[in-house]
Amino acid sequence: MDELIKRAKELLEASAVKVVIGYEQGTGNKTRALFVEKPEDAGKLVFDSRCVQNLAAYVTKQEVKSKGKMAITATLPVMRSLVQLASEFQISDNNLVVIGITPDSKIIDFKNLEEVEAFVHQFQIEIDERNKEILEKLEKMTPSERWNFWIEELSPCIKCYACRAACPMCYCSRCTVDFNRPQWIPVQSTELGNLEWHFMRAMHLTGRCIDCDACANACPLALPINLLTKKMIVDAKANFGTYQPSLKGENVLSTFKPDDKENFIQ
Amino acid sequence: MNIERRLVRKNSLEKLFEILKQNKKSVFAPVVKNGKASFKTVESFSTVAEDYIQTTQSSKELVFPRVEKFLDYEKNGKDVSVKGFDYQNVPDTVLWGVRPCDTIGFGALNSIFNWDYKDEIYNARLAKTTILSFSCNKSDEYCFCTSVGGNPGSTAGSDILFTKLGADGDYLAEVITEKGQAIVALAPGLFEKADTADKEKYLADVPVKFNQKEISERLEKFFKSEKWVEASLKCLGCGACAFVCPTCACFDIQDEEHGKTGSRMRCWDSCGYAQFTVHTSGHNPRSVQSQRWRQRIMHKFSYMPERLSVYGCTGCGRCSRACPADMNILEHLISIQEVKL
Repeated sequence: MDELIKRAKELLEASAVKVVIGYEQGTGNKTRALFVEKPEDAGKLVFDSRCVQNLAAYVTKQEVKSKGKMAITATLPVMRSLVQLASEFQISDNNLVVIGITPDSKIIDFKNLEEVEAFVHQFQIEIDERNKEILEKLEKMTPSERWNFWIEELSPCIKCYACRAACPMCYCSRCTVDFNRPQWIPVQSTELGNLEWHFMRAMHLTGRCIDCDACANACPLALPINLLTKKMIVDAKANFGTYQPSLKGENVLSTFKPDDKENFIQ
Repeated sequence: MNIERRLVRKNSLEKLFEILKQNKKSVFAPVVKNGKASFKTVESFSTVAEDYIQTTQSSKELVFPRVEKFLDYEKNGKDVSVKGFDYQNVPDTVLWGVRPCDTIGFGALNSIFNWDYKDEIYNARLAKTTILSFSCNKSDEYCFCTSVGGNPGSTAGSDILFTKLGADGDYLAEVITEKGQAIVALAPGLFEKADTADKEKYLADVPVKFNQKEISERLEKFFKSEKWVEASLKCLGCGACAFVCPTCACFDIQDEEHGKTGSRMRCWDSCGYAQFTVHTSGHNPRSVQSQRWRQRIMHKFSYMPERLSVYGCTGCGRCSRACPADMNILEHLISIQEVKL
């Protein structure tokens, strides 16, 4: 943690960045996002296993961006998100410095996003065992059992959109659910309205979701909404092989090759 | 009316619940799932949660559901037939196990829904609701009811308030209203004469953290402060705080059409959303999150007391517990009190 504070301080003192995004001690046992703008405030930064909120959600936020060049404390899921965001032209080396934190909690410096990408590619995106088991159970259900499972799990959803707000990939200034001419998704949080929202969210994230669980962690009702995105990752891997965010945008479902073995699109 | 004090034996709660069900009451009570307590319509006493500090969501859903259908319509050529809200079918409901910081919130909702237009649907639902609340014997770091005029044993807004007298004790039942008396009349044997019961010593200790009136006065001079940006940088702009709040009452009217038939409904909305204030022209007077966060605080602690003579916050702490970014409202209010003007 001392090294992280030192790094943040150096960047701010040298005016290399205007703001360092990291974590601070929050309420009770929580940690939360901290935006350090003065070198003397860098001491408030903390880092430990509680720091799981995906800070990449802030780098596309207008008021954060307007501060100027940012540095971000980036764990592996954050780094993956940054690579994906860069491939979608939301960030670049011009407006972002990445202070990496390796899975064994070591600070790692990156000259640019290409180095971040190279680091990220050393690790595979793997669904954890507990969720794998749940997905397998769901797979074995009959369609009506599965329908009942999702109705039961998703009908309490109040459509607060905390899942959307916490997801780094949901950066659209106007989401499909906010359109009313025409209205694509029912606004009301009813059984059907909730299903449509969560299924659409999962479809929009397929090939882009890096499995950070920010959506499920943000849900005030602790609904297992990340099962949907995890399922899409399992299917994408099974059908398309590698699953990695890529600066060239070569991730699943973002590319089309004329020599694709399927001919339905031709 | 004067508050009547009765004693209800700890084993009698279940009997009371059964008598309510026998009398065809719908019972809306907290149930724990995934480690979170939420209000649900319950059929059996065994599913009712007992040991919880606060439910994730408030009980406002009972009188202000997340989706309230106003009418159904059907188009036949040039004619439209409309079926309006069915007031006859509003269920006779007992709200069970709610905390004093929720019952006090009904006061704020009443003011909002009867401010100029009298909201008939809201009023019909409330008229059919009897509120059996339970005092708090424990609290957490998010609770601050005593800073906003409440307390863990407040009777405000309740029809009957139950206070557990000790960890394994019986209950003091304070019968506050005629609706409460009507419940006693259903099970008179369960409500014994109580001559004891100083409830204070059984209540949670919630220290006063700020001066509400001072916050309101300060906010009047605080509108243009730069502090709002700093305070809200980590806010992600979701609606969790508004939707779990016992007094947030903003809504949006939506039409849902399927060919020739459709319905019109009222859905919860939140001032935290970027789209909340977008004009038809595309202009958005609250274009950034700091303006939306400011609106949330100003509305609850400045505009509502000024216009409705009631505060828009009960100190239940739900917004802080639910916030995915740990925006802690108590901390923000204390910082407003500490800012040099």
